[in-house]
Parts: sequence; structure tokens; C-alpha cells
Amino acid sequence: MESDVLVVDDSAAIRKILNRVLRQTGMAIGTVHEAGDGQEALELLKAHKIDLVLTDINMPKMDGLQLLGAMKAAPQWNGIPVMMITTEGGETKVGEAVRLGAAGYVRKPFTADQIKEKLAGIIELALPI
Amino acid sequence: MNLKETLVNSISEATSKVFSTMLGLEVQVAESALEKGIPEATDGLVSFIGLAGTWAGTGSLTCSKELGCRICSQMLMTETASIDEDVLDCVAEITNMVVGSVKTDLEAIVGPLGLSIPTVVFGRNFTTKSAGSTDWIVVRFRCEAEMMSVKMCLAPSEKISHVIPHSLGQTCAVDG
Repeated sequence: MESDVLVVDDSAAIRKILNRVLRQTGMAIGTVHEAGDGQEALELLKAHKIDLVLTDINMPKMDGLQLLGAMKAAPQWNGIPVMMITTEGGETKVGEAVRLGAAGYVRKPFTADQIKEKLAGIIELALPI
Repeated sequence: MNLKETLVNSISEATSKVFSTMLGLEVQVAESALEKGIPEATDGLVSFIGLAGTWAGTGSLTCSKELGCRICSQMLMTETASIDEDVLDCVAEITNMVVGSVKTDLEAIVGPLGLSIPTVVFGRNFTTKSAGSTDWIVVRFRCEAEMMSVKMCLAPSEKISHVIPHSLGQTCAVDG
């Protein structure tokens, strides 16, 4: 069974890289939806069944922590694992992400192997594949 | 270690790590300096990110059109020969990673800082001007046959300076 993923980052380059990395994981990845900010992400969550979210933190309109908070407050989305991929390495932001229920945290710059390793743990626990 | 030394070390390490991890490119530090006043006019790309908190300032990355295209080609695994949205986006994101890493190092000294969304300018014969009097710490790097620089100015918030891209020629700006 394939899993649909939502990638949220204001950088189109990072969205392309993560899309490519997801396809290289060997996992059964279906559609990879892309959003440039948290608001766009919420619209896509309303329109599609999403199994996993990868999100940046610093974005315009709605940042990744606000998106994570909105998802965890909504019964229909609070079971979807959310992995943060961000330049933010400070304890404040990391602690906030953990407190809000992030399933994983990867700092930019990242290697494909770091993403794959973190995803493997998350998907093993949460996804129907 | 004073703030200037800390910044030079942090910029050097962050730039090297970001370029090797995300692009597979090696960079070598050519020199570091303190820049006062308005720098000479330049051509190419400059990407800015603001920092705000109890201290505030700006980080920037400046490179040639050729290095901008090389960054994009390496990052997206495509051949890029001219400046387009992908090049601007890649340079913005690389700047975001470098300045973001430096910001994390700085937070241990000056407390929590926020990062703005990057803005990239591409043009010819332009310079940049700081509205305040804060000096810029500049680290120049060699990357293959090209030179680039990463700059940062930082001061307690009451001395905050805003960077104004000051165009002498034609420019193209996008939010990264």
C-alpha cells in the first residue's frame, strides 16, 4: 500500500530534493504533494488523505510549528506523523517541536541518508506499508 | 574568543559544511576582514537574511552568476547556465542554511534570535548599504575557480541596522 506524503517548504529547491529522496528510500511512496507554507499545507490536508508530513519551520504566512500545532489540535490529522526539516537548531525551537508532538527532527544541511534513516523509524511505527 | 573571531569561525565552518553536504563542493577560506562603509559595486547575486532578537543584524552571501548556476546545478542535479528562478531559490536556501547555522552558534552567546525569509538580488554594478554604522565581518571563500563572500553584521538591538540593497544598475529581486 502506497503512502502519500506532504512536503512543506518555502524553497522549491528543497521540495524537489525531498521529493527525490523520498523516491530513493525504497518505501512505497505514492503522491508527493508540495506546499510553500503552512496555510497551503492545511488546504492540501483538507483535500487529500496524507500519511506523512515533512515540514520546514521558518516559512511565510504560517510557519512549521504553527502547522504542527494546528494538525495536533485537529482529530482528523493528529495521528499523521510530522517530521521537521529545518535550519533551526536552537533548543527553543527543537523543544517546541517536541512538545507539540513532532515525530522527528532533521537539521539542514542534511544528507539523503539522514532523511532516509529518520523516515525509516517514523514510517515503521506509523504508516500502513 | 571575541565576537568577531567567533563569527569568522562559525561562518567558515557553516559554509564549508553546507557546501560539502548539500552541493558536494569544497570551499577554502581565502581571507576574513572587517568591512567599513559601502563596499565597491559588484555584479552577480547577493542573498540577504535578517536576524532579530536582543541582538539584530543581517547575514548575506555574495557570488558570481557562474557560481550561482553551479550551486543550482549541484543542488538540483541539473545543468543550469543562466539565472532563473531555480538559481535564485537555491542561492537563497544555501544562504538560509549558512546563516541559520551561524545563528545557532550565536544563540549560545547572545540569546534566542529569529531569522527572516531570504531575499535574493541578481544584477550588475550594484552595491549594498547599511543604514546603521555597524561594521560587516566578511569571510571570502574560494570555490573551484570562483570567489564568494559571506558577510554578517550584528549589534545589540538598539543599534540595529537595516540593509538596503542599493542598486546602481538593473536588478531582479525575488523572495526566496
